[in-house]
Amino acid sequence: MSALEIKGLSKVYSNGNVALHDVSLSVPKGSFFALLGPNGAGKSTLINILADTVLATGGSARLFDQDLFAERNWCKRQIGVVPQEVAFDPFFTPREVLAITSGLFGSKPDDAWIDHLLDRLELTAHVGKNTRQLSGGMRRRLLVAQALVHKPKLVILDEPTAGVDVELRRRLWGFMRELNAAGTTILLTTHYLDEAEELCDHVAIIDQGKVVTAQPMADLMQQVASSYLWMNYDKPLSLSEADTLALTDFKPRVSDTGVCLQLGKLENGQSTFHTAYEAAVARFGPPQDAGVRSEDLEDVFLRLTKKEIRERT
Amino acid sequence: MSTMNLRGCMTLFKREVHRFLKVKMQTIVTPALTAILYLLIFRYAMGERQVPGLDVDYFTFLVPGLAMMAMMQNAFANTSSSMIMGKVMGMNIYLLMAPLSALEVVVAFLAAAVVRATVVAVVFLSVLYPFVDISVMHLSIILLYGLCASIMMGGLGLIAGMWAKDFDNIAMVTNFVILPLTFLSGVFYSVKQLPEFWQQINNANPFFYLTDGFRYGFLGIGDTDPYASIMVVIGTSLLTIVSCWHLWRIGWRMKE
Repeated sequence: MSALEIKGLSKVYSNGNVALHDVSLSVPKGSFFALLGPNGAGKSTLINILADTVLATGGSARLFDQDLFAERNWCKRQIGVVPQEVAFDPFFTPREVLAITSGLFGSKPDDAWIDHLLDRLELTAHVGKNTRQLSGGMRRRLLVAQALVHKPKLVILDEPTAGVDVELRRRLWGFMRELNAAGTTILLTTHYLDEAEELCDHVAIIDQGKVVTAQPMADLMQQVASSYLWMNYDKPLSLSEADTLALTDFKPRVSDTGVCLQLGKLENGQSTFHTAYEAAVARFGPPQDAGVRSEDLEDVFLRLTKKEIRERT
Repeated sequence: MSTMNLRGCMTLFKREVHRFLKVKMQTIVTPALTAILYLLIFRYAMGERQVPGLDVDYFTFLVPGLAMMAMMQNAFANTSSSMIMGKVMGMNIYLLMAPLSALEVVVAFLAAAVVRATVVAVVFLSVLYPFVDISVMHLSIILLYGLCASIMMGGLGLIAGMWAKDFDNIAMVTNFVILPLTFLSGVFYSVKQLPEFWQQINNANPFFYLTDGFRYGFLGIGDTDPYASIMVVIGTSLLTIVSCWHLWRIGWRMKE
């Protein structure tokens, strides 16, 4: 069952800007889902439509099998959103903010849960302060607590770690992992792609309002991510016509220090590492140093989004 | 599947009340101070002068009108400032994300506006009471006109807050629409003192009926028959509520 099923969602702003074009996505229940895209790709618009702060132009969405637009208030109770912008009512303390948010969602403030959230997000020492007195990192953590206070089944994190230091980020992710393990579906947008790759089991990449790819993270990495064999000769190499022909299967790229070959898979599933290595040695001789580098999500992301840009132009 | 979110509505109401109580110097003490200033200026400067056509001295005539003006301005300020602050500081998204129906949001905001207007009126009248000869002559009229005025102005404040993009927009509405209409609603004069043309203009000002009716409740005198105006006042209040409800429901100037 999907936590969220989006079909043909579109958004055209009043100035004519097409922010989303026929977006379809399925976020599996219990998944840790990365929604990635360059700036202006439409991620925040999509999140804002889910949060009901932006109106969709077309399309449909179902949340836990309920029509998101027809059953808005029921669906809102299932969603907790950590927005990108940090904003708090300057009149209230963190505890008051959480109690008010809980009430607005129709729940009696659960003091034990609020204490737990404040503790896990390291805000307990600051509960008596006014929100104006909190540092940027504290406010961002309070945003996270605010999104979780009504115990939502789907948590949407819109770049939650921007401006948060490394140690706190790790602890925050630890907490999110716990929630995810307990059954909460998490939808994350972030520009820290290493975090997304480490945390998420599903990924969707959107660019210019269109879905470029959406699939399990492992499948994407297996299908799209490549490995490269780099061979260091400590001198610039050039490719003759014969070299290019001999190495054509490995898409060779030369540099000031050597050559880089793209690895693939043989029919038996084994890597083409040996074939590529031997072919290069046959052309250039034994290297001084060599190694294999696998593409990570960042490489895949750049490749897919650049390809989209190329196709559009 | 959708159910009423009464707790959410109550929380929003309490939040709005809490907000103005947190700045009570500005919201409660200031009206009390204003009352004292009015007392000093009008009571002692104008002496025992009578209002032409009405058997009452000028200061006694003024007090209920001033109380109504304070109620209207405070009800407007409560909703408009909350909305525009939320908009400028980016806090309104929490309201939009909450599972609250348009009616629940409007009821909560207007109820808070009524509370603030009532508190201000009570403080204002309590400060002036020892110095002026007024009594409650028609309690139901006072309550009805006070309630309708607070709802109407709270609603207008909500609409203005939804419309405005920044504090400057709100200041523009306050200074160029609300202040002139409240000042020219018969607070400082009896309409009978005006030339025919200006009487007609004055009669087109909806706030005039609120002020006049409220004054009738205290003094038993007025420029119009408050019972004849009741349906207009109630109708206008309901129209304001419906307008607020509709505009919030469609996300007017709140959702892109």
